[in-house]
Amino acid sequence: MAELGAGSLSLGDPAFNYQEHELNERLKRLYPAVNEEETPLPRSWSPKDKYSYIGLSQNNLRVHYKGHGKNHKDAASVRATHPIPAACGIYYFEVKIVSKGRDGYMGIGLSAQGVNMNRLPGWDKHSYGYHGDDGHSFCSSGTGQPYGPTFTTGDVIGCCVNLINNTCFYTKNGISLGVAFTDLPPNLYPTVGLQTPGEIVDANFGQQPFVFDIEDYMSEWRAKIHGMIARFPIGERLGEWQSVLQNMVSSYLVHHGYCATATAFARATETIIQEEQTSIKNRQRIQKLVLAGRVGEAIDATQHLYPGLLEHNPNLLFMLKCRQFVEMVNGTDSEVRCLTIRSPKSQDSYPGSPSLSPRHGASNTHLHTGADSPTCSNGVTPPNKSKSHSGTGSSSIKYPSVSSSASSSTSSSPSSVNYSESNSSDSTKSQPHSANSTQETSLSLNFRRNQTHVTRSSNHDSEMEIEAEHYTNGVVEGSSARIMNGTYKHEEILQPDDNSIDEGCTNGRQLCGGNQAATERMIHFGRELQALNEQLGREYGKNATHKKMLQDAFSLLAYSDPWNCPVGQQLDPTQRESLCSALNSAILESQNLPKQPPLMLALGQATECVQLMARVRSGSCSFARVDNFLH
Amino acid sequence: MACLLEAPLRISVLSEVTATSRHYVDRLFDPDPQKVLQGVIDMKNAVIGNNKQKANLIVLGAVPRLLYLLQQSSSSLELRTECAVVLGSLAMGTENNIKSLVDCHIIPALLQGLLCPELIFIEVCLRCLRTVFISPVTPVQLLYTDPTVIPHLMSLLSRSQRTQEYITQIFSHCCKTPEHQTVLFNHGAIQNIAPLLISPSYKVRMQALKCFSVLAYENTQVSMTLVNVLVDGELLSQVFVRMMQRDQPIEMQLTAAKCLTYMCRAGAIRTDDSCVVLKTLPCLVRMCSKEHLLEERVEGAETLAYLMEPDVELQRIASTTDHLVAMLADYFKYPSSVSAITDIKRLDHDLKHAHELRQAAFKLYASLGSNDEDIRKKITETENMMDRIVSGLSESSIKVRLAAVRCLHSLSRSVQQLRTSFHDHAVWRPLMKLLQNAPDEVLVMASSTLCNLLLEFSPSKEPILESGVIELLCSLTQSDSPALRVNGIWALMNMAFQAEQKVKVEIVRSLGTEQLFRLLSDPDSNVLMKTLGLLRNLLSTRPHIDQIMSSHGKQIMQAVTLILEAEHSIEVKEQTLCILANIADGNTAKELIMTNDDMLQKIKYYMGHSNVKLQLAATFCISNLIWNEEDGSQERQDKLREMGFVDILHKLTQASDPNLCDSPLFCVCLSKGINESAWVSLL
Repeated sequence: MAELGAGSLSLGDPAFNYQEHELNERLKRLYPAVNEEETPLPRSWSPKDKYSYIGLSQNNLRVHYKGHGKNHKDAASVRATHPIPAACGIYYFEVKIVSKGRDGYMGIGLSAQGVNMNRLPGWDKHSYGYHGDDGHSFCSSGTGQPYGPTFTTGDVIGCCVNLINNTCFYTKNGISLGVAFTDLPPNLYPTVGLQTPGEIVDANFGQQPFVFDIEDYMSEWRAKIHGMIARFPIGERLGEWQSVLQNMVSSYLVHHGYCATATAFARATETIIQEEQTSIKNRQRIQKLVLAGRVGEAIDATQHLYPGLLEHNPNLLFMLKCRQFVEMVNGTDSEVRCLTIRSPKSQDSYPGSPSLSPRHGASNTHLHTGADSPTCSNGVTPPNKSKSHSGTGSSSIKYPSVSSSASSSTSSSPSSVNYSESNSSDSTKSQPHSANSTQETSLSLNFRRNQTHVTRSSNHDSEMEIEAEHYTNGVVEGSSARIMNGTYKHEEILQPDDNSIDEGCTNGRQLCGGNQAATERMIHFGRELQALNEQLGREYGKNATHKKMLQDAFSLLAYSDPWNCPVGQQLDPTQRESLCSALNSAILESQNLPKQPPLMLALGQATECVQLMARVRSGSCSFARVDNFLH
Repeated sequence: MACLLEAPLRISVLSEVTATSRHYVDRLFDPDPQKVLQGVIDMKNAVIGNNKQKANLIVLGAVPRLLYLLQQSSSSLELRTECAVVLGSLAMGTENNIKSLVDCHIIPALLQGLLCPELIFIEVCLRCLRTVFISPVTPVQLLYTDPTVIPHLMSLLSRSQRTQEYITQIFSHCCKTPEHQTVLFNHGAIQNIAPLLISPSYKVRMQALKCFSVLAYENTQVSMTLVNVLVDGELLSQVFVRMMQRDQPIEMQLTAAKCLTYMCRAGAIRTDDSCVVLKTLPCLVRMCSKEHLLEERVEGAETLAYLMEPDVELQRIASTTDHLVAMLADYFKYPSSVSAITDIKRLDHDLKHAHELRQAAFKLYASLGSNDEDIRKKITETENMMDRIVSGLSESSIKVRLAAVRCLHSLSRSVQQLRTSFHDHAVWRPLMKLLQNAPDEVLVMASSTLCNLLLEFSPSKEPILESGVIELLCSLTQSDSPALRVNGIWALMNMAFQAEQKVKVEIVRSLGTEQLFRLLSDPDSNVLMKTLGLLRNLLSTRPHIDQIMSSHGKQIMQAVTLILEAEHSIEVKEQTLCILANIADGNTAKELIMTNDDMLQKIKYYMGHSNVKLQLAATFCISNLIWNEEDGSQERQDKLREMGFVDILHKLTQASDPNLCDSPLFCVCLSKGINESAWVSLL
């Protein structure tokens, strides 16, 4: 816009920048509902959309007449660069009469695109104007109606378009002159027209404070619309509404697994929770696992608790597995983590497994059938599965110090060796550490993981806090204690290696926690994942999303420091959230419960509705913003 | 028979009702204080929302007993509090209830109760007092009888939000006169109440605001103090401006606008201050719009009329704001035809406010059109405006009639309107009718309007004359009210201007010389001036002069002498000398001056007066006497020369020499067409 200006101000001019800044600030404040990417606001006169007798200067804000001005045939107009977006709700601009020129035949108003510019605003169809010489208003007609006072040099004339009731009023020197036009069409442009030599006017689209207190006027309409919403008649259905609201709150709490709050709420409002408490807690546990990055366990738990669920959602399963792979890279997934932790205490904390390996073994048949259910049904995976089992423990051979967890493992897979070789640069880098003390690295990783947890829980303060009691009291005691009291447990674990903490900490993150066995296991898992993808492709056709997901996940391995690489974003714990809610929704859906809480649905619907209002040009959307009602 | 049967039945029902009520009262006399307390609590529950029960209890004498218990120091705090609650509840009933309570001296008892240290008790007492004082039947003076009450109330303002709300509400209802304003002001009302304007409680803010509006009304002292008050570092006027924001409740916007209006009218805020022009005025115009309640529209219009009354610039701005002139036309559309059929309740409401709306609109029109010709034109061009005024003049409500005539008066200042719409709508007719029998305030306005209608160029003048207005005006000159005397004589003066002889004769005959001379010694200088004006108008054109002077010459000359000798303003003397000059213009009347040496000496004195206006008037008089072309001019010139007028004329010419043309004297001569030879011969 600025480069079009022929005026004294240029783009680099600090005064201009200041003005531009103030303009942006003011427009943002006045029209918060306008999405300028969709519907830009008028900011200056258009050098293209004007009659030749019009001259522009001062960043296209000043308009002067340069024709002969003999008669009305010499009239000339200019439109603003953009039409007024409906989402403004109430739109306002001002024009200062710098000089009335010879006769002061000036018209200020609005016109639609394509209206003849060799005319004053108001004379033609879809054109509206207020004229200075006689004070008349012209509503798409050559004859005016008495409207307001005349205006001349020094006066500031404002034009306000109310897009809620489609009316327009003018102001003169800050005083409202009353409604001039009703039933205005949409998409009008601010327009001025001049007719005799010497006439000069300056526009203010928000570059400067307005003379008229438009914000006060807006506040009245905001209050009106809020009042309308607040007083929306619900008539006889008052009680009904109350229960609807209570259900919305209750279902929201249940959905997210705020078990105790939901129960308390239900007790207070005497409502019934549809879902069983254990079911809520199960979902909560699974969500916890995903959020903690222990996707493998989450998959196991899901398959155990909701058999058949993932079978019917191969896409979800694939996503979970992909994530599991990423978490392996991260070193947080239990399949790799178990290889890096050797304290019996940490193993004890796994629920329902006396020791790690039996857990694998014992639950394997069951859990893995679930986990690989799509493949299982095809009968393709079993060999894979057994492979994976051997892979799980393989690393432990090389690290005898890792005690019981490794005991059940058999042989290492060659592929993993290959891999570590091919990534020699990586391994050499990490070598000193892993060689010197695997314990340390594993501990440092453990430490980091717990750190991650701390941040997570602070991100999701409320969630975690609420659950704290339950975990310690309840079903998933062990794992919850881990999550909640990670630091504390961790300290316990660390005690013998106190001196090495610092080193471990500063060392930073390592692939699969820097554990070779874990890395191998990861590589192996990657292959399985690849196979799964291929199989899914065969069955359901190629899936670009899956391919991309897989590529992204595998790309992590191509970098020496996956956390600081172009695809490193995947490793961020916050990435788990969408997957977590997808899994939660899927579980709920399988239980014939809404996959989205009705509250969020209503919120989304309202937001969408307001946006839709803007698109269908209902101005009140500007004052009915959903954020205004969210406290 | 039916009647006989019915009567005992009704009595029995009544006795049943009173029996239960009696039981409540009896329990107040129980020797066990605990039972008394329970009795009062039960009574409280029984009277809530039950006007009949309230009336019964009052009739049965519950009030004195409750007051006794309330004042008794032996009563427990709880009992005293409950008593005050019940009394407050009784006060919530009908106006009769309030009267009974006041008759039982509830006010001193409750005021006494405010001395109690317990906040809860103070609050219920204040609550009850508030209810009593906001009733129109309570004499507000009762708040001021004990001089210690106001300071004590001020000190209670800091106790709680409730005390703040009740006390400010009491103040705003009991501040009715300038004396009340002064009492409250002197006890620090402003400093004590100002901080409440930013109270977190809406009710407190609102009542505090109302307090300021009644305190500032027509009170310069309060208004001048208010402009300098800071509330939390912000000027009070800015606080009021914030309260006028368009998202605030209408009541608050309107009351804040009133405060600023009163401050502006008292001269504390300039009329061109942006808080008046850009905030108060637009806010009041908004209040006039259709979307507001009828009461709000009435109040808005009246306040706006008051705000801009003295300021033409504000009138101009208001006349262009939001189509105000057209918006007001809607005030005459109540009750609307729709409401009559569809909704009885609405009809009732509309009817009740219809008069108020009309008078408010007339007031606002009057204020709008009081100075600017264009605005007057706009008003008279509003749909059916003149018809509305005409019918307003004969409405039953005095308020409406007064406002309508005010509006008419305001519009009658326009020459154009007098010539056109006033004549077309024969406004003189209802106006004359109004003058026959009306209270003084209406008469003042109506007669003032009549003055304008009797101006020479007004086409209504003729029909008015024919309707026997002269008698009426002459009777007005005998009124006790100076304003009416002025208007009466003023109208006669206007009527006599360039009038036919028979009109003049009729005026003199009807007024009577006695009354005329009484008016010449009227203590009101305005009356004197207009009477002189009348004389001057009567004494114009030679035949008229001679005729009137031949019949009343002696008295007139006497009156002129008296005025010239007495202490009067320059204007009065000038007017008198002009009368003399007119007399000198007569053919025979001249002689009355020429034969009166004393008078000639006076003229000579005024020719040498330091005031140019008087010099001119006197010289004017002489020039008429020495007029060359008339009979006996030579003799008159000789006589005047003998009396030494030549010297004084010389002095005058010398004073204005060397440029005689520039001298005012010369100008007068030229304008009178005096040929210089007359002067030359004299000199």
